[in-house]
Amino acid sequence: MKKIFIFSIIAVASSMLVISSCRKDVVGNTDFVAALNPSKIDSNAGTWKTILLTDPTDVTVAAPVATNTPDYIAQINEIKSFQANISAQQKAAVQYWSAGAVFRWNEILRELVAKHNLAPGANENGTYPSPSASNPLQYPLFPFSSPPYAARAYAYVSAAQYDALVAAWHYKKLYNRPAPYLVDATINVMVPKSTLPSYPSEDAVVEGVTVELLKLLFPGDQDFIQSKAEEHKRARIIAGANVRSDLEAGEALGKAVALKYVTRARGDRAAAAAGNQAVWTQIETDCAARGETPWMSLESPKRPPMLPLFGKVKCFLFDSLTAISLRPGPPAPTASQQMKDDLNEVLQTVNNSNREKIRIVHFWADGANTYTPPGHWNAIASDDFIQKNFSEVRWARNMALLNMSLLDAAIVCWDTKFYYFNPRPSQLNPAIKTLTGIPNFPSYMSGHSTFSAAAASILGHIVSEKASAYQAMAAEASISRLYGGIHFRADCDSGLVVGKRVGAFAIQRARTDGAE
Amino acid sequence: MKKINILLLALCCCCAFDSIAQTDMDAIMMDKKQFCVGPMYSHSSWKNYWEGSFKRENLNIGTVATSAYSVMGNYGVSSKLNFLFSVPYIQTSASAGTMKGMKGIQDLSLFVKWMPIEKKWGPGTFSLYGIGGLSVPLTNYVADFLPLSIGLQSKTASIRLMLDYQIDSWFATVAATYIQRNNIKIDRTMYYTTTTHLSNEVEMPNASNINFRAGYRSDKLIAEAVLNNFTTQGGFDISKNNMPFPSNKMNATTIGANIKYVVLPSHDLAVVAGANTAIAGRNVGQSTTVYGGLFYVMDFSSKKPVKNQPAKK
Repeated sequence: MKKIFIFSIIAVASSMLVISSCRKDVVGNTDFVAALNPSKIDSNAGTWKTILLTDPTDVTVAAPVATNTPDYIAQINEIKSFQANISAQQKAAVQYWSAGAVFRWNEILRELVAKHNLAPGANENGTYPSPSASNPLQYPLFPFSSPPYAARAYAYVSAAQYDALVAAWHYKKLYNRPAPYLVDATINVMVPKSTLPSYPSEDAVVEGVTVELLKLLFPGDQDFIQSKAEEHKRARIIAGANVRSDLEAGEALGKAVALKYVTRARGDRAAAAAGNQAVWTQIETDCAARGETPWMSLESPKRPPMLPLFGKVKCFLFDSLTAISLRPGPPAPTASQQMKDDLNEVLQTVNNSNREKIRIVHFWADGANTYTPPGHWNAIASDDFIQKNFSEVRWARNMALLNMSLLDAAIVCWDTKFYYFNPRPSQLNPAIKTLTGIPNFPSYMSGHSTFSAAAASILGHIVSEKASAYQAMAAEASISRLYGGIHFRADCDSGLVVGKRVGAFAIQRARTDGAE
Repeated sequence: MKKINILLLALCCCCAFDSIAQTDMDAIMMDKKQFCVGPMYSHSSWKNYWEGSFKRENLNIGTVATSAYSVMGNYGVSSKLNFLFSVPYIQTSASAGTMKGMKGIQDLSLFVKWMPIEKKWGPGTFSLYGIGGLSVPLTNYVADFLPLSIGLQSKTASIRLMLDYQIDSWFATVAATYIQRNNIKIDRTMYYTTTTHLSNEVEMPNASNINFRAGYRSDKLIAEAVLNNFTTQGGFDISKNNMPFPSNKMNATTIGANIKYVVLPSHDLAVVAGANTAIAGRNVGQSTTVYGGLFYVMDFSSKKPVKNQPAKK
């Protein structure tokens, strides 16, 4: 007996040692992504169909200095000086950025979205403050990057990156200045070599266009954004991949393209999407006049609905009339037997949940302080694109197709939500308790379903071998909202149908943009 | 054995046995081959909580209540070496808002309690204890649903040093604990603390605990006052108007009182009861907890020593 207990003591003591010796540092999924080594350089991408630019020459890039000039040789020596005194931190930065400019800036954008995806708290008097773009650092921080805001941010950044890179590819071919390591073989190259002309730098194009757009989208985070930008440009010089003039020309090109997108953004009706008391009242009154129970905020104090006029924002893949034509037919009337049955299904679903269903709810919830459902699909796409070794311009093209789909899905979905103004299950039956937070906007139709079906469609076109896997993910994301008790099945089904239709427009564009 | 409230569930790892029965937190040992076992019920609730250092209420949660039904036991290998265990079933609910409460079996806690020193010193008796503990989740309950999760899913190991001094029937006990908390896995692929983490693994801060108790201790009755402090070594604050997260900094100071009364003259059966309330905290609910339970002593030795009472006089 005594022996057993002595052994037990030893067992407890040693398991404590095991536990206490466990590592605690968490490694991110993408901390050590391999350097991007494109399987083809897409040298004709300067002819691909642009989105907002009518032609790559809409933005000008001056001819570079020749590689035998003192100016260029000085720039080569700048690389060598950096390389002579390289620190561990600089090496890490080279490794980080070598994974790809489009990929890393997409990841940075997702981080900014996650940071800002937090609804403002109520004032003492029960009203809610609104974030202000002109005073972004005062609470509530600007922006509140809700899913529609995030979808728009991803779309603008991705589309602008694509246009800027198409223009860059045009000028690369035109000027055909080789990479510094091809000019001077003594340079130590820390990234995969390429025959792609290096002027203007594709990395700096992406950095320039993104930084400029983020001034509009995340005006309070400039310190973080600028430090990333400086690190990125520096990493390219240290890696021996670009001389300074490659970067300067690329950054200027990027900024010039960004300004065209900033102009579009200022006129795309997103600024008015929050509406005002008159708008909110009107939507409610219209719904009641149709004999339906209007949606009501389930928050306490009641919060105004999220971006009720977002459905009027300008789309990328089709015009506003097409957006309206994509709106599905009405949900079951709130007083109907069908609605009673649907409510009962939600109640039974949450009351008979299990661990696997809760996992699905939480895996896809993408709620507060996350990169939102559009960001989740960006992460899914990135993981797969990394495997495909796309060139930067093809990365941008594919992300633009994805994110234009997601924005347009958001627009059609929001139009539908506020056209019908249909209540959430818990509003019609307070006995329905939810396994995730109830979003503060109408139920019909499910945003997650619309986003996911649109994303799965275009991704299935881009990475065709995973088409059925994406469809399965979209179906799971969709049903997760019923499992969570926050949507009716019909909300999810309609979202999937409409999202797929939105995705079809992106596929149509993909077939004709010159990249396939 | 009080099961503390939701936000305070972190504390469960360290003071699952924080009551007056022969537990890991007190200076009482079972005699050789005696097994003390019993059910315990505790109820804990809070309306106000600390969001970082800011104390507030939340109309979308209302009052969060936690009920815990536990079984605990303590076996005396000798009067100087005891083993203890506890298993709670926990149920949570929120009085407002739409969020669904959770329920399930939480963590198995195991302790080995060793009293290497017990000697007369001045007018009383001084004793020293070393206690090692482990806790392991028994089910795959959801940790990432605070404040309604039933626990944090972290495997923990703790080590505690405890000193006790008793003069006649009056005693004082002080204990210090360090708790190693393993990282946990959550159901999603990213989360945000003060920065984005692209992983489903969450780094859990370790924690420390200081416990002071003093009162009256006799064969028949124990009555004591308890002051407890739990502090996480790291972690981050809940941001404004956000939900809590398992790796939050969670600190709490509670005051409370416990009694144990031996009901049957044979000393086989005792009732325990107690209450405590949070007087300070960070990222935890300002909870008030009450509990009650029964302890029954089974004697597996051939001789029959006095049962269900402090082993030392």
